[in-house]
Amino acid sequence: MSLPLAPKPAVRRFHQASWDEPVIFELSTPGERGVLVTPIEPGVRDAVGDVVAQLPAGLRRAAPPALPEMGQQRVLKHYLRLSQENLGADFNVDIGQGTCTMKYSPKINDQLIGVPQLTAMHPLQDPADAQGVLEITWNLERMLAEISGMAEVSLHTQGGSAAIWANIAMIRAYHEANGEGAERREVITTIFSHPSNAAAAKAAGYEIITIHPDAEGYPDLAALKAALSPRTAAIMVTNPEDTGIYNPAIKQWVDAAHEVGALASYDQANANGILGITRARDAGFDVCHFNLHKTFSTPHACGGPGAGANAVSEALAPFLPGPRVVRDVAADGSVCFDVQEAGPLSIGAVAPFHGVVPNIVRAYSWIMALGAEGLLAAAEIAVLNNNYLLKRVLEIPGASAPYAEGRRRIEQVRYSWQELFEDTGISSEEIGIRLSDFGMHYWTSHHPYVVPQPFTLEPTESYSMAEIDEYVGALAEVAREARETPEVVRTAPHNQTVHHTHHDDLDDPERWAITWRAYRRKYPSTGSGRRFGEGASAAVGLAESAA
Amino acid sequence: MLALVVNPVAGVGGPAGLAGSDGADVQLEAAERGSHPRAAERARLALEVVAATAGASRQSVLTAAGPMGEDAVRAAGLEPRVVSRPSGETTSPADTTAAVRALVSAGATLVLFAGGDGTARDVAAGLATEPVPSVGTAMRRVPVAGADERHGGTAALGIPAGVKMYSPVFAVSPRAAGALAAAWAAASESGGALPVQEREVLDLDETAMRRARVEPRLFGTMPVPYIVGRTQSRKAATPASEHAAVAAAARGAARAMRPGVRYLLGPGGTMAELARELGVAKTPLGVDVVLDGRVVRAGASEHDLVDEISRGPAKAVVSVIGGQGFLLGRGNQQFSARVLRLLDDDPLVVVAPEQKLIDLGGRPLLVDTGDPRVDARLAGFARVITGPGASSFYPVHAPEIEGEGHAP
Repeated sequence: MSLPLAPKPAVRRFHQASWDEPVIFELSTPGERGVLVTPIEPGVRDAVGDVVAQLPAGLRRAAPPALPEMGQQRVLKHYLRLSQENLGADFNVDIGQGTCTMKYSPKINDQLIGVPQLTAMHPLQDPADAQGVLEITWNLERMLAEISGMAEVSLHTQGGSAAIWANIAMIRAYHEANGEGAERREVITTIFSHPSNAAAAKAAGYEIITIHPDAEGYPDLAALKAALSPRTAAIMVTNPEDTGIYNPAIKQWVDAAHEVGALASYDQANANGILGITRARDAGFDVCHFNLHKTFSTPHACGGPGAGANAVSEALAPFLPGPRVVRDVAADGSVCFDVQEAGPLSIGAVAPFHGVVPNIVRAYSWIMALGAEGLLAAAEIAVLNNNYLLKRVLEIPGASAPYAEGRRRIEQVRYSWQELFEDTGISSEEIGIRLSDFGMHYWTSHHPYVVPQPFTLEPTESYSMAEIDEYVGALAEVAREARETPEVVRTAPHNQTVHHTHHDDLDDPERWAITWRAYRRKYPSTGSGRRFGEGASAAVGLAESAA
Repeated sequence: MLALVVNPVAGVGGPAGLAGSDGADVQLEAAERGSHPRAAERARLALEVVAATAGASRQSVLTAAGPMGEDAVRAAGLEPRVVSRPSGETTSPADTTAAVRALVSAGATLVLFAGGDGTARDVAAGLATEPVPSVGTAMRRVPVAGADERHGGTAALGIPAGVKMYSPVFAVSPRAAGALAAAWAAASESGGALPVQEREVLDLDETAMRRARVEPRLFGTMPVPYIVGRTQSRKAATPASEHAAVAAAARGAARAMRPGVRYLLGPGGTMAELARELGVAKTPLGVDVVLDGRVVRAGASEHDLVDEISRGPAKAVVSVIGGQGFLLGRGNQQFSARVLRLLDDDPLVVVAPEQKLIDLGGRPLLVDTGDPRVDARLAGFARVITGPGASSFYPVHAPEIEGEGHAP
């Protein structure tokens, strides 16, 4: 006979480890060492002389670097403690970081990139010795060309925004090559497109025009047509937008841009809901990019390195960034792969070398494991999960999904707690902080907040119905607390490592300190000599009393 | 120390459909129509949040006698310290102003006030070092502090309880006001302070509004504390980035200005920032004419503007006035149809931080110059300068020709 099990609690009881761990510089003890290096034997010293003196003067430090001095065991403890203060993607139901596509990255892909054949590679290695990885790169380019409908792909860029930069740089190069570079000085985007599009175009010297949603909540085609002119270089849009709304007039948008001679650039950083369903080129786009992280099996943000993929029409192919991997077929039919420097029309290198190999291998492995049907299934389940989540969230009193109300969304939704906020004075930020007490992540929105009191959820294809229900249960619990015990929410977190923080300190150049050196300079009266942990958060500008 | 003043008759005209509560006759009529004032109730909701905050329950609140605050403080479970009494049995705007002066003298650092735009104007008068004009008198300038200066004096925050609340000095709800006040008290107890920002105090001429005309006027500014998300129209990432957004819009406009063109700078906070960017003085409520980086006419009348336009190319520089999205016809009537007819085909430079457009919640910008032909020319889409090299294309409607945009 087995013991009866206690009923499972509606909301998970969770408590984060909290070590009150100092900044590593505060742990330094002069003279303490991890490894005591054996002194040089006299015979060796006599034979080679002072090797440091033989280095060029410009490569020699005048003084040793001010590194922490610590024994190995203390270093180990320090980092293990910090690792316990994380809320990692493999721990939590990570659907609260909408737009980040926090889906499961199969561990076998990590094992594949850990093999010595890859870890021992160097990008400057002779291509003859790197045929395998070059072939994987070339094959992945062809797969992404098929997924996007584009003619050519480059895996050269090392992040999503880098890829968006490459998009606008190619557009600029294209217009310049056609003698229209001086005239076409404007780029049009939408307020719910990823802000990197406006930022990259601005950095490339363009004037930015932003289009707001129309009365229905869709990107305003009439406003676009009013803004388009012979000065327009490109439209740069995300679709579905950050609201999860798919622009039903996307083809008209592209056609309207083409009518004035502008190009159309498609941000597909969030492609997870459209794989195998729509293709950028089929809607007429000239250029698009993917994030290999997010959609293709590398965790987003701090979870893993970024990698971009730029896909273009035939007309833009000469402008792709490089160096690029090429496939040569010899007269005897044998195939070999090579790395080719950027061509004369190319925008050149956006980053060193020809791509982020670990991400390329993970993406290749992920696509190969799923096949075309698998990609389509992943997208369909991501959309299904999202619309189930949408229905469940809207059951919580005080939650809403503004814009295009009543319509289905694609892979994510930007929700609003405005009604709850007006009833209780509890803001979306406060709800997010409280949610961390249940071991859940939560993200509001890019700035500026267009949706009032926003929160953005993206369940991807990875999460089960039970996990989605668990997340909604925690959200509903916090919303209930906001009405019944608002002080509990307002004073949260209660079970977390990091406690109340002030954004202002992170936004004020006078107060922020993102390096130890800057912290010592700005807060000279604190620093070493005080109790460990005291004001440690001020080192990154977080303490309430930092001012 | 926290302080509270309640306008006991605020909001009484709203349910009665009287488009405001200004004037004893209106208040009487509202009472006859069965309306009950709601300001005290809403003040209590706000103070209950303060009372629930640890430590603050021991706190007393500076206030005025009876229905002007004392009753609400007591109802919320806090201790009233009465420093002002109304002059008669019914209360008047002068009582609110006098009460605020008394609260400031008694050491108030934050005055919560329950009411609407009219109450905000009376509170601003109590806080101001110079008198603020009342309705019907000529407008005078109120000293405007630097937009992001840490204010050493007394700040104020509105508990929304009126009919009209166009001024961005109100919290989004009574409880949000209470949460902000609690944060203010907590910051004060720990020796810190919340940031404050000078916010516009707008009010409408209710007599005109009852004739279906909306005429918001800018009466001055007052320091308002804020933390992210708790004050109306307060959705930028941080206070610093919000001010930066206004400054960026102003920089964008300054960069778009061309030599030899007269720029007719309208009223409002964004225009004040533009003047700061240009290094010229600005009349807060007037139209000033800038040519080649110099003010050539300050506080220009319609007649003055006509004269300036006759001297060479000119453009009207406007921002979004109040919460309704008016570019023209509200608060800047110097830009008359006659003035706009004299300007060229592209008569407007519109300048506003993106957030002002976002705060319209999808509603269009509005123009109402009084001349349907001019309005029709301006309707469509406006390019709104939101920063250096950044703009938004935003719809502009003309309510007079399209039958939209009337006061709620």
